[in-house]
Amino acid sequence: MSLLAIENLSLSIGDTEILKDVDLAIEPGEVLGLVGESGSGKSMSALAIMQLLPEGARAIGSIKLNGVDILGAGEDAMCRLRGNDIGMVFQEPMTALNPVKTIGEQVAEGIRWHAGVGRAEAEGRARIMLDRVGLPAEKFPLSRYPHQLSGGQRQRVVIAIACALKPKLLIADEPTTALDVVLQAQILELLRELVAENRMGLLLISHDLAVVTEMSDRIAIMRGGEILETGETARTLAAQQHPYTRQLALASMHVPEGRSPSPLGGGSAIRLSEAKLASRGGVTEGWRTAAATPSDPSGHLSLKGGDGAAPLLEVTSLTRDYPADRHSLFAKPTMFRAVDDVSFCLAPGRSVALVGRSGCGKSTLARLVLALDKVTSGTIRFMGEDITSRSEADLRTARRNMQVVFQDPYGSFNPRHRVERLVAEPLSLLEPAPDPLKRRELVAHALHQVGLKPHDMQKYPHEFSGGQRQRLSIARAIITRPKLVVADEAVSALDVSIRAQILDLFADLNRKLGIAYLFITHDLTVARAITDDVLVMHEGRIVERGATAHVLDNPQSDAARALVDAAPDLRRAISRKLREQG
Amino acid sequence: MTAYLAQRLSIAIVTLLVASLVVFAVLEVLPGDPARLMLGINATPDAVEALREQMGLNHPLPVRYFNWIGGLTTLDFGRSYTYSVPVIDLITERISVSLPLALISLLLSVAIAIPVGAYAAERRGRAGDALSMSAAQVGVAIPNFWFALLLIYVFAVWLRLVPAGGFPGWSAGIWPALKALLLPAIALALPQAAILSRVTRSALIEVLGEDYIRTARAKGLPFGTVLWRHALRNALIPVLTIVGLQFSFLLAGTIIIENVFYLPGLGRLVFQAITQRDLIVVEGVVMLLVATVVVVNLLVDLSYALVDPRLRAR
Amino acid sequence: MTELSTTPAHDGFSAFLARAVASRSFVIGFVITALVALVALVSFFWTPYDVTKLVVADRMLPPSATHLFGTDQFGRDVLSMIMVGSRNSIAVALVAVGIGMGIGVPLGCLAAARGGWLDEVVMRFNDLVFAFPALLSAVMITAVFGPGAVNAIIAIGIFNIPVFARVARAGALAIWPREFILAARAAGKGKARITVEHILPNIATMLLVQGTIQFALGILAEAGLSYVGLGAQPPMPSWGRMLFDAQTRMMVMPSLALFPGLAIIVTVLGLNLLGDGVSDALDPKLRQRR
Repeated sequence: MSLLAIENLSLSIGDTEILKDVDLAIEPGEVLGLVGESGSGKSMSALAIMQLLPEGARAIGSIKLNGVDILGAGEDAMCRLRGNDIGMVFQEPMTALNPVKTIGEQVAEGIRWHAGVGRAEAEGRARIMLDRVGLPAEKFPLSRYPHQLSGGQRQRVVIAIACALKPKLLIADEPTTALDVVLQAQILELLRELVAENRMGLLLISHDLAVVTEMSDRIAIMRGGEILETGETARTLAAQQHPYTRQLALASMHVPEGRSPSPLGGGSAIRLSEAKLASRGGVTEGWRTAAATPSDPSGHLSLKGGDGAAPLLEVTSLTRDYPADRHSLFAKPTMFRAVDDVSFCLAPGRSVALVGRSGCGKSTLARLVLALDKVTSGTIRFMGEDITSRSEADLRTARRNMQVVFQDPYGSFNPRHRVERLVAEPLSLLEPAPDPLKRRELVAHALHQVGLKPHDMQKYPHEFSGGQRQRLSIARAIITRPKLVVADEAVSALDVSIRAQILDLFADLNRKLGIAYLFITHDLTVARAITDDVLVMHEGRIVERGATAHVLDNPQSDAARALVDAAPDLRRAISRKLREQG
Repeated sequence: MTAYLAQRLSIAIVTLLVASLVVFAVLEVLPGDPARLMLGINATPDAVEALREQMGLNHPLPVRYFNWIGGLTTLDFGRSYTYSVPVIDLITERISVSLPLALISLLLSVAIAIPVGAYAAERRGRAGDALSMSAAQVGVAIPNFWFALLLIYVFAVWLRLVPAGGFPGWSAGIWPALKALLLPAIALALPQAAILSRVTRSALIEVLGEDYIRTARAKGLPFGTVLWRHALRNALIPVLTIVGLQFSFLLAGTIIIENVFYLPGLGRLVFQAITQRDLIVVEGVVMLLVATVVVVNLLVDLSYALVDPRLRAR
Repeated sequence: MTELSTTPAHDGFSAFLARAVASRSFVIGFVITALVALVALVSFFWTPYDVTKLVVADRMLPPSATHLFGTDQFGRDVLSMIMVGSRNSIAVALVAVGIGMGIGVPLGCLAAARGGWLDEVVMRFNDLVFAFPALLSAVMITAVFGPGAVNAIIAIGIFNIPVFARVARAGALAIWPREFILAARAAGKGKARITVEHILPNIATMLLVQGTIQFALGILAEAGLSYVGLGAQPPMPSWGRMLFDAQTRMMVMPSLALFPGLAIIVTVLGLNLLGDGVSDALDPKLRQRR
């Protein structure tokens, strides 16, 4: 008998069908990976098992836990099951814990409730559990509050809460999506151990095919509320019987045309794209020279243009300090150094990745380069001119040639303006400012370049999907014909198939318009797919630099090695699974 | 914690100092010559001059300000122009009515609003919610002094359960005094309770949408337990903010309500002082009320720290 | 949730109107508010009786067909007085909201845009004004300048300033870190221009809703001030004053106190419902929350 058996589960909220005839089964001790893009119904399936659905949701079908139907169970019966037989781990560790209660209270609460034990015993058991998830008593007493812990540590507390009563089934809904790759690897390892120790069934929900492949025994692929395919992980992904499975797998490993198809073939790929670029004649000399010297970790200016060609962007000894929280009114404010003595050069038309763990200072660096934040010391030269601490009026030329694409396709537009006005925003930097007719023409052209229709300019941003909005962001960024576009995690909020398309668009614009990119990303797959060179950042410093493929294949610094080792890689994961599962 | 404390305390002190400047500027500098006001139109210039000298009005403004402020710190509010007694004596006599009245109404308001707001949030979208929030909606719209008239009409005129007004004094015993304050307190409290219950409900509903509420429910705690144990404390910050604001409204409201019930409180004192142009009394009462508001807001700021450990860390 | 309330989905005016008409609060609030405004307008041209004329023979009449709400101690028609009194209430509250918005919103936006010491100064100014509840300001102003409707406007208006400053500042602070603002900055727009183009349109909802709330509170506050004699002075009819006059005659004729009170309640209720309805319609996701 299966631990969990979902049969013909359908779910609707109002008139919207969320799930259609979902069938899933998990055996004791088995890890089932549930993969799908956003909106596919993964999380709703999990909430249906927990019976924590939003108000107005109606579910029909059957969900059996150890043969007992729980879909029809009353709220009292579900309260006895939740936390005791089924535990759940959520996506957002920063908000999943009650800020006004200690971690000890929060872990012990479920134990007291279900096991009916006193406070002292519950706290004792909570202590053991916290030790087990890697939060030892010396550093993490029960009296700690959530705000005193980092994101990774908070996720450990959430896991401790979920596993405190050794549930038979653990549901983990995107448990590592909010964490950086190194933390992701640690949390996944912890989950793997806990599941093995207690012979728990694990339902692991993720958008990341690589994560699911590494973790799960069986895999289920979901789209539009339906399970399209389910089976043994290795076999399913090797055979790719369902076209959507194939599409997902391909998109996860996608590399834009003309770029390196294989992570191991870096050198030849560069030559290939070099030839392509050269044949278009739109690229400067410096590009080739820089590609010929793949790595020079010691030098400050390893990414310089060479051949005397002026670098597009030249950053020298850049530092940014922020005041840290003061502990007393009279104490001198201590400084936190977010960016620490960073120097690099970027040649015209070149694409550079800035990678590192979350909080390493990469986004701060991007904002400094964009002159959106004040420099503490050091200089930024752009197109030969020093733009450090210039007034807004004197920045106009630089701004015209340097634009930005942000991560969140929902947050980067004023929801009250039409596309025409949104995309045209940087046109005020042109001198003279174009008249309305010319403006409209430029917007139409920019929309065309990113694959949207000219009549889209009459719409509001909410009428577009996430991927289309990111195209709008790009249209806005290229409308002034900039020389440099800074992309801050520009594809990390997108589903894999959309991400592949946007990466293609970036590569295409680089080829056609010769735009240089500074690509800030935590995702090494993205860095590999789109950039020529890479800068690895760690605690505010650049610790390694060189040609992307070269650095990522042979990382020298500890920080780079940790990133590369932790990064999920679908190709590697499939071949490992194939060996394990035969 | 100490940094937070020190910061809030210094803000309160600065606010009080600036407020005292404002009060001083408005009431001492603008309205002409208090000495002439006290002595009347027919006084001789010599007599006025003598009184000015005696009242210290001939000193330069900064000196007068610092004298006044210095007096305030020792609770010396000066002497009433009309009663010729120290202002502090008038105030202490009257505040024994106003302060208990404000406090009782605040207690009533909180005691009614929080359970009602929590009840409505728990039953969101159902009949109980709709009913209690409709009542609150009407309650917000009722002027407290009109409600007071209604209460007098029903309980004093019609049912004859309580006196229609007046105050026997605390010397008459606690119970008769409280009985006299009961209707005024209810009249003050109910409209405020209506506002507070709406705030409580919406704060709770907002908190109930948070991720950690789902975490708590995933532990198996029933919804009611989650609401009381996890949501309410997080919803307290906006509720406390409103409670702090309400205290100043209640305090100011006592001024009006005392007029309805003929209570000898600060409100009546200040109105008599205005009609008699006894500005030093007005000045003293206003300064005292401002100080109370500032202190209450300071207490609210400090109570945030009790509720939220993130503030304690600062 | 703050994010939602600051930037509701913009899908055109017609969709807003459709949601507004579907919201019961909005419809009831709108109808009441429009009626009150209409009554105030009509009172300029026509009232059942002349409120300045004292008819001693008709004094203290109970409600009847000739005098729907009865007459007061001077024989004036109560309905006519309520109609004329609405002008005073609306004018005071509206101007007070205007003062609060006109000064408070720029202050709040400035504080949010500039930050640093300027923000600190604005916030301390807010603390200072909050320390003077409207009634205290009115007491001070009256003590110096004598009573009058203008006092009420100034006192309530001053108290509105920090209210709007806080709402505008909080709303603006929630918008500033958003990516579309960074994008606008990267497009070379200055802080003033960003405030006008991006911040204000996105906090307009909150300001509108706060405006109706302060309007309603202004009506209540004006009534209170007139009641204690710090507001409009006789012979100008005002709702608060009418209640004061009614109090001593309540044993004889409670209806004298009933109608002005109901006028206040209905007006305030209408405005509050309208405010709820507007925020519902602009932001459907908030509907459940109030």
